Amino acid sequence: MTQRQPISTGSEWNFELLQAYDQAIGRLAAEYRLDTYPNQIEVISSEQMMDAYAAIGMPVGYHHWSFGKHFMSVEQAYRRGQMGLAYELVINSNPCIAYLMEENTITMQALVIAHACYGHNSFFKNNYLFKTWTDAEGIIDYLVFARQYITECEERHGVDEVERLLDACHALQSHGVDRYKRPRPLSAHEERERQQEREALLQQQVNDLWRTVPTSLEANADQAMARFPLEPQENLLYFVEKHAPLLEPWQREVVRIVRKIAQYFYPQRQTQVMNEGWATFWHYTLMNRLYDEGLVTDGFIMEFLQSHTSVVHQLPYDHPGYNGINPYALGFAMFTDLKRICEDPTEEDRLWFPDIAGSDWLDTLHFAMQNFKDDSFIQQFLSPHLMREFHLFSMLDDDQQSELEVTAIHDDQGYHYIRNALAQQYSLSLKEPDIQIWDTDLRGGRSLTLRHQRQSRRGLDREATEVLRHLHALWGFPIVLETWEGDHCIAKMKWPDVSDAA
Amino acid sequence: MSYFIDRRPNGRNKSAVNRQRFLRRYRDHIRKSVDQAVRKRSITDMERGEEVSIPTRDIHEPTFHHSQSGRREGVLPGNKAFHQGDRIARPQGGGSGSGGQGQASPDGEGMDEFVFSLTRDEFMEFLFEGLELPNLVKNDLGSAEETRPIHGGIVREGTPSRLHVVRSMRSAYARRLAMGASVRRELKACEAERDALLAQPAGLQDTQQLAALESTIEQLRQRLKKVPFLDTEDLRYRHLKHEPVPSTKAVMVCIMDVSGSMTEQHKDIAKRFFLLLYLFLERNYDKVDLVFIRHHTSAREVDEEEFFYSRETGGTIVSSALKMASNIIEARYPPAQWNIYLAQASDGDNWDDDSDVCVQWLTQKLLPKSRYYAYVEITPHAHQALWEAYETVQSRFPERFAMRQIVEAGDIFPVFRDLFKKTTA
Repeated sequence: MTQRQPISTGSEWNFELLQAYDQAIGRLAAEYRLDTYPNQIEVISSEQMMDAYAAIGMPVGYHHWSFGKHFMSVEQAYRRGQMGLAYELVINSNPCIAYLMEENTITMQALVIAHACYGHNSFFKNNYLFKTWTDAEGIIDYLVFARQYITECEERHGVDEVERLLDACHALQSHGVDRYKRPRPLSAHEERERQQEREALLQQQVNDLWRTVPTSLEANADQAMARFPLEPQENLLYFVEKHAPLLEPWQREVVRIVRKIAQYFYPQRQTQVMNEGWATFWHYTLMNRLYDEGLVTDGFIMEFLQSHTSVVHQLPYDHPGYNGINPYALGFAMFTDLKRICEDPTEEDRLWFPDIAGSDWLDTLHFAMQNFKDDSFIQQFLSPHLMREFHLFSMLDDDQQSELEVTAIHDDQGYHYIRNALAQQYSLSLKEPDIQIWDTDLRGGRSLTLRHQRQSRRGLDREATEVLRHLHALWGFPIVLETWEGDHCIAKMKWPDVSDAA
Repeated sequence: MSYFIDRRPNGRNKSAVNRQRFLRRYRDHIRKSVDQAVRKRSITDMERGEEVSIPTRDIHEPTFHHSQSGRREGVLPGNKAFHQGDRIARPQGGGSGSGGQGQASPDGEGMDEFVFSLTRDEFMEFLFEGLELPNLVKNDLGSAEETRPIHGGIVREGTPSRLHVVRSMRSAYARRLAMGASVRRELKACEAERDALLAQPAGLQDTQQLAALESTIEQLRQRLKKVPFLDTEDLRYRHLKHEPVPSTKAVMVCIMDVSGSMTEQHKDIAKRFFLLLYLFLERNYDKVDLVFIRHHTSAREVDEEEFFYSRETGGTIVSSALKMASNIIEARYPPAQWNIYLAQASDGDNWDDDSDVCVQWLTQKLLPKSRYYAYVEITPHAHQALWEAYETVQSRFPERFAMRQIVEAGDIFPVFRDLFKKTTA
């Protein structure tokens, strides 16, 4: 047995100890080729953690009542002991900002450093979604710019006016992202410089579009046939920003800010399982390495294991506390399983994963982390072994039938089916209703037509009218929402004057 | 490469603005809760904030969602006994949700009220929004004769308990230096002379002169010794000046009619009115005393419990209470030290010829001494003699005397606001 020379023995932490642990963890992480942004580790109190929560992880946020609401519900739940605060919060920026809570023990701090500063951090830096869609360099500057801009707007146009605008934008936030097109990277410097220019230009474009001076008849005839936009537009906020007839330039800028921030968070929403799984896998591996090298005590590793096990625990569906599939549990299990398939494949694994069974596990894990998002990751790497371990089964809930049906379980006939179903469950484009801008009545009432492509008879819930009201506030003219299934228009919803024509 | 930053000193109220925004947006809801809370609480039980709940649907932020309809499929963990093709009765609440979000349930299921706490200050803020004490009170505050001792420098006379040791010792040292200076100078000279003599060869010494010098030196030493170490005139004392300050004490005299005609409901309304007044005064004064006087044909001073909850019946003589109030004020609350507020609640009933007596008591005894007199009449009926009599009082003391009618509980707050609304602006 190796001689133990632990970095620390007590449970208290101080900055020297944090540094020592960070160095040890960093050295090991480098051995595993974890490529990270520099870390900026900030120690904060629990109140500050609640603040950070409330700003949905933005270190600098503009002011809005909804963040206040969020803060108050977190505070209330925390005070009553209904929920503990997360041990950490990490921000996709360069340097990568991670928060440590002051009341954590040194074990927890080390765990968080491994999890956030090396796990999440390397994921942010290397996963293709983050690489293409977010700009870690610019985000903090952009958020500062956004807050300043919105504060200025409040001063100039009144808090109420700005609040109404933000409410409307937030309602459309989840439909304010480009899903397939790569956006121009954010840069606060550029933003500021070009903003004036953009304002003028934008207004001019809008004016062109809504020109009321009659043009020649031929041109008119052409226009009558064409829809605008020519292709349906999935990014509702983008369309509003560019083409809403009545918005002031500053309003367009605010729409743009909300849209940009939504876009920044979009990759995180698509990689929950992977991101948490990756970070959890690495904190587990790194902590165990620390123990193997004799750098931590038995007490330390016991405390760590206790915490780790509760994080990756998956409750069964019939447990009263069941709250969906735990992304930490699934992600951690998948990465661990992937390593197992590489190192110690069974016959079944060779059949299911011929190209990775027996390959170098570290290469494979890095490859998986870099090139997938939740749905494709599951589609590609969920093994029958894991499906059995989780006892996965799929359940069909059809409102035309009186009973639920078990469509597949973890057996030979079911593996493919379950893997598909689970992947779909994580696909944001299926989870969120498919609503796109279809047409604008350029020459008449200027009404805006949205098209909801319905799948499997899954309609919109009642809130949709509320959202339409918000969209109407932005657009300024009537909104029509058509629901289509296949080639048939099934329902129309209008705002103002709500009347369902089935 | 990692950097560590200690952010703990940075202050924690980053969300304060957002919290204010939230409170601002939901003013109406919160005010309603505050009003309700006022109904439930005891007069003196206001040392806390209030839990406010707002229906979740009112603060919900809408987005496009799928409804529960249609064909939905979900994957769940923890299968125990199911086989492919099994059919199961649909459980209550809509079956297999795929609600894997970690956030506080956005579907709003299971949580239909958003509950949060107002701090005490925020609570009061909402309660007394836009109110202020009648102007005259502020003007008069300066003339109140209350004094407060304040530090007034160092003086030579005082009581031993206020002795300033350091300053006393310092002046003693100075005096000792001054008084001994000439003697010491002489002593030095003599000693030098003596030393010079002693330095001469033994045979040449003038022994007579030497002896004279020795005795002078001895005398001088004695004189130095007699300079007292500490003298009475060295003593210094910390001085206290008495500076007049505006009185920060107030007494609130609550007068309520408990005759047979006052029902429980009337009393409840009166209680809430008193409660509001008490809270309001408490915000403006350090100390607020309460005096409860209840009356039917005769008046009695009682404690809060009895004031609001015990029952009595009989006729009504209002002047008995006014007389009692006047006596109490005279005995216990000199107007120079106390800001006196009176609040009277009644249903307007009074003995026929008593109303004129009331006017006498008010105009001659009570109003000249008090800051404000608020009379609320809790009745849906037409006014009686008392109201008319009081109207004459009001016309004579329009600044200090206010009267309003309350018909039902809902009127209390508006009437209260009306009585104390900001007169400036």
